[in-house]
Amino acid sequence: MSDTVIRLENISHAYDEKLVLDNVQLTIKRGDFMGLVGPNGGGKTTLINIILGLIKPNSGDVYLLDKPIEQFHDWNRIGFVSQKANTFNKGFPATVFEVVSMGLTAKIGYLKFMNKKHKQKVLDTIELVGMSEYAYRNIGDLSGGQQQRIFIARALVSDPSLLILDEPTVGIDYKNVERFYQLLDDLNTKQQLTLLLVTHDTGVMTKHATNVVCLNKNLHFHGKSEEYSELSAEALSEIYGHPVQLVVHDH
Amino acid sequence: MLADILQFDFLRHTFLTGILIGIIAPLLGTFLVVRRLSLLADALSHVTLAGIAFGLFMEKQYFAAFFNPLYSGMGFSVIGAVLIEKLRSVYSAYQEIGIPIILSGGVGLSVIFIALANGFNTDLFNYLFGSVSAVSQADFYTILIISIFIIVMIVLFYKELLTLSFDEEHAAVSGIHSKRIHFLFIVLTALVIAASIRIVGVLLVSALMTLPVASAMRVVSSFKQLILYSIIFAEISVILGLISGYYLNIPPGGTIVVIAIIILLCCLAWKKLSVKHHVQKSA
Repeated sequence: MSDTVIRLENISHAYDEKLVLDNVQLTIKRGDFMGLVGPNGGGKTTLINIILGLIKPNSGDVYLLDKPIEQFHDWNRIGFVSQKANTFNKGFPATVFEVVSMGLTAKIGYLKFMNKKHKQKVLDTIELVGMSEYAYRNIGDLSGGQQQRIFIARALVSDPSLLILDEPTVGIDYKNVERFYQLLDDLNTKQQLTLLLVTHDTGVMTKHATNVVCLNKNLHFHGKSEEYSELSAEALSEIYGHPVQLVVHDH
Repeated sequence: MLADILQFDFLRHTFLTGILIGIIAPLLGTFLVVRRLSLLADALSHVTLAGIAFGLFMEKQYFAAFFNPLYSGMGFSVIGAVLIEKLRSVYSAYQEIGIPIILSGGVGLSVIFIALANGFNTDLFNYLFGSVSAVSQADFYTILIISIFIIVMIVLFYKELLTLSFDEEHAAVSGIHSKRIHFLFIVLTALVIAASIRIVGVLLVSALMTLPVASAMRVVSSFKQLILYSIIFAEISVILGLISGYYLNIPPGGTIVVIAIIILLCCLAWKKLSVKHHVQKSA
């Protein structure tokens, strides 16, 4: 098996003739923790939707785990935590266990039922994100940060090779954000999980991600996160198109 | 009534049919309510009425004794479900617009067929509000087959339906055929409505799908519990409703719904009391 998880070649996409992605090239390798940053409207979410097969780009090729996206069917090998995850119906009567089980639905397949092994896998994954004591609580009773952990567990339970997170820390308070990144670090180093994280919180992200790409229509920066931290304010302003204050969080 | 049930075939059929719809109506209702599609049941029940009126008209026009309005009701209901889906994809930004369109279309067609069939008669009255005496042996067997089919389908596709109901985007991204599952779901809903109409009537069928679920929602924490409690509440409503309807000579649709509302009020009160109790305990 090769080391490439995602390969994007010459991706361009426009909405109503407004170009949002212009000739984007990107490769993500196994074990990477890649941070994707960029201004609002810079095409981050569009790029994610293209990778997830929700949008077909106007031109360019997408390869997932070395397969052209048209021939790719192992969607359970790609976990996704959406920024919309915390806008779910809070009154939905489902337990943490039930929500995480949903991550196995596609993997188990039609006309088949959950068995003991699947149930154990669900419990193990809930433990992995540190939520064991809440396994049979109603999802709506948890805090935003806890719910986000549950959605990560739902994405992880099918043993994906890649986890994509789109602005996962929106609506989570600062203290929990740090814990959240700690969890991602652990997943990346201990479980060798490849991560693609979309965020506008560049300060926290550069501390944790191994690679950073900066997207504003096309890729303006692609390199190690230490190098990104060293980018001058001027260079960043150029990428974002307006002055940028780089906030460094020290702990 | 127990002695009467044993004695009279029609009562036995009504009672057994009631128990069947007490399972399938809230079973589908749980998914309808959590997906905020409760009104879909109303729209489809009115389309079913159009189908039944069409059946009664055909019966009268062509003396087709073999023509059962239950079947035409079912046919119309399923077609209505398909049309709502079509409208949902045409007006993707106004997904609920299909519901009033189909509802009013159903009422419009009903009025036409009722007029053509020479107006109101007891048969139609029974279809509107339910009846304890209208269930024939053939109806019972039809509804039994539909119920078995629905329960089997829900068991087989439970995890897909739950995943889709909780988060459509996640379902789509994880590779579930959301559209097909959703389509299956509304066809099943259409069948449940057509099956329930003999007992609770067109105007109250959506109540039996949503009220027990609304009650159960207040007292459960998991989706499986929601299904279980909804069915228990629906069965209590149906059984007590049929018995009281029979003795008071009232169409059972009315009594069933009133009992379901009493259960709902009890659940609301219980929740309030238990929250109070909880607060006092922790204070």
